[in-house]
Formats: sequence, C-alpha cells, structure tokens
Amino acid sequence: MPSMPSGAASWYWDKVMNMQPVYIVSSAATPVAENYHSSLRDLAAAAFHAALKGLPTALDPQRIGMLYVASAMNSILERQTELGALLATTFGVVGIPALTVEASGASGGVALHQAHLAIASGAADLVAVVGVEKVTDRLDADIEAARATSIDSEFEAELGLTLTSQWALLMRRYMHEYGYAADAFAPFPINAHANAASNAGALYRFGINADKYRKATQIASPLNMLDTSTAADGAAVVLLASEPVARELGAAHIRLAGGAIATDALPLAARRDLLWLAAAERSSRVAMQQAQVRHADVQVLDVTDPHGIVAAMALEACGFVERGTAPRHAADGGITPQGSTPLATAGGYKARGDVGGASGVYQIVELVRQLQGTAGAAQVANARVALAQCLGGVGSTAATHILIRD
Amino acid sequence: MDLAKRWRQKPAYYRLEGQRHRTSGEVRFPPQPPRVGESVEEWEAYPLQGTGEIYSFAGVRAAATEYEAQTPYLVALVRLDEGLLVSAQLTDCDEAELQIGQRVEMVTRRMSDTGPDGLLVYAYKFRPVLR
Repeated sequence: MPSMPSGAASWYWDKVMNMQPVYIVSSAATPVAENYHSSLRDLAAAAFHAALKGLPTALDPQRIGMLYVASAMNSILERQTELGALLATTFGVVGIPALTVEASGASGGVALHQAHLAIASGAADLVAVVGVEKVTDRLDADIEAARATSIDSEFEAELGLTLTSQWALLMRRYMHEYGYAADAFAPFPINAHANAASNAGALYRFGINADKYRKATQIASPLNMLDTSTAADGAAVVLLASEPVARELGAAHIRLAGGAIATDALPLAARRDLLWLAAAERSSRVAMQQAQVRHADVQVLDVTDPHGIVAAMALEACGFVERGTAPRHAADGGITPQGSTPLATAGGYKARGDVGGASGVYQIVELVRQLQGTAGAAQVANARVALAQCLGGVGSTAATHILIRD
Repeated sequence: MDLAKRWRQKPAYYRLEGQRHRTSGEVRFPPQPPRVGESVEEWEAYPLQGTGEIYSFAGVRAAATEYEAQTPYLVALVRLDEGLLVSAQLTDCDEAELQIGQRVEMVTRRMSDTGPDGLLVYAYKFRPVLR
C-alpha cells in the first residue's frame, strides 16, 4: 500500500481505499462550433444518443441511476435553470435523479467527480454526466460578462476586470518574474492548432505559427487573439458504471482511477502566491495518489488551456515541470504528442473551442480516444494513463481525474 | 445597476476603506465578514492611503457588456503601501509608458454611464503618481 498523504487529503484517502472501482463505459461529444441551428437541448440530446450508441451492448436508459449536468453559463446566457429535469425530459428518462453542477469552467470535472463518488460509494451503478454550453445565442460582450461571473463580482468584475484580463495580469507578472517575452507562450497555441487539424470535431482545424502569433491583434495585452480561446457551443456525455455493470455491458476497459477537486481563494488579490495554482496542485496530488500513479506514469494530459499561460501554470502546479520552466519545456517540444507531457491532443480550449463548463467532459471524451488508440495523427504512442484537469475562474476551482486503460 | 449593493459598499468604492484588526493590526481590503471565532467588533474601518506600485497590468479590448463602450482600457493589480493587493482600473496613462513597479495613487472616478435606474457609479481607479 502506498504511503498515506497528510492533512485534509488523508481523510479523503481513507474513504477512497474503500471505494468501488468506476469505469467509463461510453463517451461522446458534438463537434464544437458556432452552431446557430442547434439549441442546448439539441446538442445535449445528440451527445447523449451518441454515447448510448457507443456502448457495445444496448442499454435501457431508464437504468441510469443519476444524471449530472455541467454548465457554467447556461443559467445566465440561456436563462434556463433546472437543467437536470429539463434534460431528463429531453432524454426520455423523466423520474431519475438529475441535477446541475456549477463551478464555472470546472463544472464538467466537478460533475464527473460527483458521478465518481456516486458509483464508488455504491449509491448508483450507472451514471450519466452531461456537459453542455450554448453561448452563440448571445453577443460577445454578454458572453464576456457571463465569464466574468466566475471572478469576484464586487471587487473585480464590477470594476471592469474580465476573466481573460485576469489571466493577462498573471501572464505579464510571470514574464516579469521569470524573464520571458510574450511570444515564449506561442508553442502552446501552435501545438493546440496542429493537433486540432486531425480532430473532426474541432472549431479551428488549421495551423498557426510563431510569426502569426507575434502579429496577432491584442485581446487583453499581453494576451493576443491567437493565445485566447473562442467560446463556442457543444455538448459531451460520459457514461460511468460500477465494475459489475461495466462487465455486463462489455465495456470494462477504461477505469476512472482517481479524482479530486480543490479550491483556491477566488479573488486574485487574496492569494499569497499569485503565480501558483494551488487548487490545481492539490487536486492533482490527491487524484494521482488515489490512482497510485507517479508523474512518469502519465503519458497524456488535457488541462485548461484557453491561453498558454494557463497551461504553463497548470503543468507547473501539477508537478510535471519546475516553476518558471513550462514555456521552455513547450519550446523544446515537451507538449507535442511525442513529448513527455503531451497537451491539447484534440486541440485544447484554443483550437477545439472553449465550451466553458462542458470542457471537463470534453477532456474525458478526448482522453478516452487516446487510451483507445483512436486519436489519429495526434495519438500518443501506447497511451495507457491519462490526466484530465479543468479549472474554474482563475483556477479557484480545480478538478483532476486519472484515467487508466486496464 | 444594483442600488443597495452599491450603497452598501460605498466606503470601499469611494475611499478605499478596508478594515484593521484592533489587536493584531492586520489590514485587509475589501471589508469581509469576521472569521470563525471572531466578533464583528474586532475589526475597525480603516481607510487605506491609496498609494502603491503596479504588480501587473493588462489592456482590456474585449469587455463585458457594462464596460464595452469604454474599450480599450487598462486594469492592474496594485501592491498598496500597506502590503496588500487590490484589483482596479488604471487611468490617465498610456499602456506603452507603464511598467511593473511603477508608483500609482488612487483616484475616485465615474465608472460607467447612468444605467436604467439613473445611478451615477463611482469607484476607485489608480493613476501614475504625479510629479
């Protein structure tokens, strides 16, 4: 048995050792797009049907014991609450327990964590997680306002700060402390765009280069347009099951071996160390302990990467590279599918498209493809262990999961 | 605009009034509820000097609805002389002339035009210290 972590994690650990194994039995997602023809319900239904169809054995959806819906901006942009009941209705499974999980951009990962706990505790043996975001019914400024609800509404957003500008503040400080120019972050979006070319469901399927990055229009300087994700529409569904049900369905191949969520001070000004994503660190440490994997075991990652600075800080917080070195690691090819920490193999937030609270569910769909060996040109050779991490706000919530192909 | 919310935060928005702990001397901003085990009386109102230096800054060109008409504008994290950080807009300066570490001072400015309920919204911004 591995050594016990201390503090808050140790309580977690005790519980986790008694938990039932959890399998990802199917997963599917709609293409990410500015999809003016589809409503939130259309998108969610398409992903749900595709996930059912992806099972090797037919499944009566009434057997689903719990439905978790992840959405960060729906209640603001579409003015619809109670997505649990709404989508249970849309899916034809009225009557089952269903609810919405919201933790801003981390909603998908936090919903997945609830599903993990529900099965691991024995409360349910088959659970559906739906991540859905419908943003293009509204104009850009409304989307920016909805995104800004994840930062301090009274002393950040109210004064004119946006989520993107908060990351820009951290990027400029990072450049100052570690001595980088802005274009040191170019390898992150360049890698994301290169990988998206082989993802039929990505928003932007074209390559970019360092020259284009340098010349791109500023969005929230020092962040430019080619280092800033585009919000778009999409829905993703993951079906999870206990081991007996996964075996019955003939789909006990990919195990959700570890998962944890953690929080950090929500206002940036309240943090002691602004260049350290404490929630990312804590959740990844606990998730990796649960799964009993070390950094060297993780072959492919998907992290929150709307900007290069976010991916850089996540890689550092999770312990894959030293503080202040992530841009150099990326420049050396470390984040490509052939590198030691492949990122954004389906395009990431930047090129696949930023699906807000659904991102954490999309990450699972994409990593499952990696573990199944069906990721095309961006396939990481013999991928068996994957790490998914999504952040809410400026990393004020983090959810990390470890997937293992058995 | 949320009338009561604005009114409630007036001391913080208008004069950067934070709190000081009566025994430890700890200063904080914005004002917060007492921590577990503390009483409200342990913290007294404490106006900050409003001077400090730029910790980081960014130029906003894609803003939320309320500030859309004002783009581009500048935002910053300012390290106040009392030691704490505060997030705010910068004013009376060009982005090209700014640098981390630069001295700034707080000014009270109108933040946005009158909304549907005719409220003039004022709050603090920071500008480079005048010489």
